[in-house]
Amino acid sequence: MKSYSLPDFLIERDDSRCIRCRVCERQCGWNVHSYDAEEDKMVHNEQDCAGCQRCAVFCPTKALIVRPHPYGYRPNANWTKDYLSDLKKQAETGSILLTGMGNDKSFPIYWDHLVLNASQVTNPSIDPLREPMELRTYLGRKPDRIEVLEDGTLKTVLAPQIKLETPILFSAMSYGAISFQAMESLARAATEFGTMFNTGEGGLPRSLRKYGKNAVVQCASGRFGVDLEYLNTGAVVEIKIGQGAKPGIGGHLPGKKVTDAISETRMIPAGTDALSPAPHHDIYSIEDLSMLIHALKEATNYEKPISVKIAAVHNAAAIASGIVRAGADIVAIDGLRGSTGAAPKSIRDNVGIPIELALAAVDTRLRQEGIRNQASIIAAGGFRCSSDIVKAIALGADAVYIGTPALIAMGCTVCQKCYSGICNWGICTTNPYLSKRLNPNIASRRLTNLLNAWSHEMKEMLGGMGVNAIESLRGNRLHLRGVGLQEWELEVLGVRGAGR
Amino acid sequence: MQSKKNERLANPYNDDKVIAACSLFGCLDITGRNFSGEGVVQAIANMHNRGNGLGGGFAVYGLYPEHKDHYAFHIMYQSRDVKAETDVFLEEHFDIIEDEEMPTKHHHPITNPPLLWRYFLLPRTEPEFHDNHVVDKVLEINKESKGAYVFSSGKNMGVFKGVGYPEDIARFFKLDDYKGYLWTAHGRFPTNTPGWWGGAHPFNLLDWTVVHNGEISSYGINRRYLEAHGYPCTLQTDTEVMAYAVDLLMRKHRLPVETACKIFAPPFWSQIDQMGPEEQNMYRTIRQVYPSLLMNGPFTVIIARHGEMLGLTDRIRLRPLTAATRGNLLYLSSEEAAIRLISPDLDRVWTPNGGEPIIGRVGAQARAQPAEGPFTEVRRK
Repeated sequence: MKSYSLPDFLIERDDSRCIRCRVCERQCGWNVHSYDAEEDKMVHNEQDCAGCQRCAVFCPTKALIVRPHPYGYRPNANWTKDYLSDLKKQAETGSILLTGMGNDKSFPIYWDHLVLNASQVTNPSIDPLREPMELRTYLGRKPDRIEVLEDGTLKTVLAPQIKLETPILFSAMSYGAISFQAMESLARAATEFGTMFNTGEGGLPRSLRKYGKNAVVQCASGRFGVDLEYLNTGAVVEIKIGQGAKPGIGGHLPGKKVTDAISETRMIPAGTDALSPAPHHDIYSIEDLSMLIHALKEATNYEKPISVKIAAVHNAAAIASGIVRAGADIVAIDGLRGSTGAAPKSIRDNVGIPIELALAAVDTRLRQEGIRNQASIIAAGGFRCSSDIVKAIALGADAVYIGTPALIAMGCTVCQKCYSGICNWGICTTNPYLSKRLNPNIASRRLTNLLNAWSHEMKEMLGGMGVNAIESLRGNRLHLRGVGLQEWELEVLGVRGAGR
Repeated sequence: MQSKKNERLANPYNDDKVIAACSLFGCLDITGRNFSGEGVVQAIANMHNRGNGLGGGFAVYGLYPEHKDHYAFHIMYQSRDVKAETDVFLEEHFDIIEDEEMPTKHHHPITNPPLLWRYFLLPRTEPEFHDNHVVDKVLEINKESKGAYVFSSGKNMGVFKGVGYPEDIARFFKLDDYKGYLWTAHGRFPTNTPGWWGGAHPFNLLDWTVVHNGEISSYGINRRYLEAHGYPCTLQTDTEVMAYAVDLLMRKHRLPVETACKIFAPPFWSQIDQMGPEEQNMYRTIRQVYPSLLMNGPFTVIIARHGEMLGLTDRIRLRPLTAATRGNLLYLSSEEAAIRLISPDLDRVWTPNGGEPIIGRVGAQARAQPAEGPFTEVRRK
């Protein structure tokens, strides 16, 4: 069938600059560029261009500009280009629309409506260049109080805790969804910086198990790669119930991405689709979750905190409360803008609630019930910069998961084609030709640089607020004020309007 | 007043602009012998310029020996009507052994004082529940009642405070008539809350008192934590959270005072990492379990209860504290000059490190805990 779709991107090539080196041709996994030997000319077919900018970045003479196509549909506030072209695709294929990365719709971003405090006169700001400034964070269940014996020694023994040198962890990204090189880069950066990466639901390749002390190992509904050794390799076991990008549905790794190495790690036949069911088939209620939490604690000899990750949905506060009461040591909440390697577009763009509101509601609820200390909260989905993270911690998070920022640090341009198996940046692909271009030496350096930069910025903001330890900001919503928010939004966030 | 004149002389523009901060003073006789507060009033008056006349107060321990088994309530009332309502409430929950209007003296700078009443009470509960009963009822009155405020509720101790300079408050309450073995005093320069009678220091619950100089930057989370633990914070001040935190940790969680200090002003992780395994475990656990009670930002406090006085600054000492000993007396003060004024020849005078508690106990030696290592004792001569 003839496709009626217009290309998404337009490629402009400055022929006077082009030296026919054919870098663009080799860099593009979509085969957009080619060389016409007869004419001695580079040509392109932009129909498949993802707009990932790989060719433009690597063109040695900067001869390429790739920009959104100035399509010619009549402007229409209702029938925008996205709706028209999506609909045409479905008329041609009869299929669900797939997409990658996070929700790209213009839902309110509450981070941009929250402002931070700073000390002036009555309490001094603290200079992180001259004074200690502490970001160290411990995740895990804490008791209500400590007990000290007559002789001054400590009687209390804490449940297992994990130490983070900065309250930022790398989000779950599974081997198979991302390349081996990308996973190795995340693992190395987390280890070097003293934080954690998350295996996602695809198991942990043997050669990366040496980074287990800094791994959150996931146990998802497909149970890919889960065995006793895997569980005991990680520092935390995370039960993945849901994901912010696709609440309520399972995962789908297409068979073409399941190579031999992935087949071995995931423990499934090569070339078969890896389908994780929407629910865990052994969890149909909160008491079932409790049983799995305790089964995992048994399996890991009560030496590891158990995390439960849910998507931020309408009733997140009550669900989180149930999860804590079911025995989880960490609750991870993934918001509306959380990313994915592949999800139906209709789900990604319409299901779930913003992380800011969910996080505030969960923290408030757990405090009301007096169980906030029983579990740490990790917020996920939609962090773009260090100040977003500072605001999340002020709302009540112990730490945050970052996925997209880590990918962008490694080269990702959020072109949203992760589901295709083609990633010109070598991140979200298992094609060896593409993935080998991601050098873990360089990518892990870019990741530690990012953690470093954000941690420094967070220290500056903390010092400005006059505190020198992250725990003095955690849940300290008086350091936030809302701007341009309605009364109900301020109430959910537990934040005063600016000027009040 | 002398100091006010000085200030005028020093300020060529005569615009009454006063650059100042709160003043704290404390004095403990470790033999437990009662003494007059004359010197304490002199000392706090010497730091006049650190306050702005919007709050002053004193805590005196050992002043009601004839009622040492009764809870002494000092209550401020906005009107006789509120008093009548509160009296009904008190009669319901306590045996009122004695009550009277607090003796005060008309003193010019103190204007528009509330009705001030003193009660000696016995809770109508089993003795082991007395303290909890008193805390519950005090918090209930302070939260629910419009216009009644209990500002002192311990046995054989009392708080005297109001809007005014501390030396004027002392005259107003006729403090010359009282003797105690432990005195703390406060001159206030309110910044984040308006000056009102209840907002003056010391803050009190049972026999705990807190005088405080600072603005705790972690107030928001300290308050949320305490509210979740049954302490509704009604006074909009960070001193209140300090008082409740002390009650929670030392009375409810039964932690020693040294541990409570380390919760308020813990060592840095970089220091903890250098400690031996047992100490490391202790401090790590403290910080893991009580992150929300780290008092972050500038503060100096003098916390007192029967037989014990404690001085503490935040861990990077953003507010001043000077300690001194002379014979049986331990002094704590915002400024050394205030101590020297009333006791020129001191045995020892020093500036404690940030987060290092200075603890004086009746019957024991004044103890100073240095930043590292075991306690050393400052022996009296």
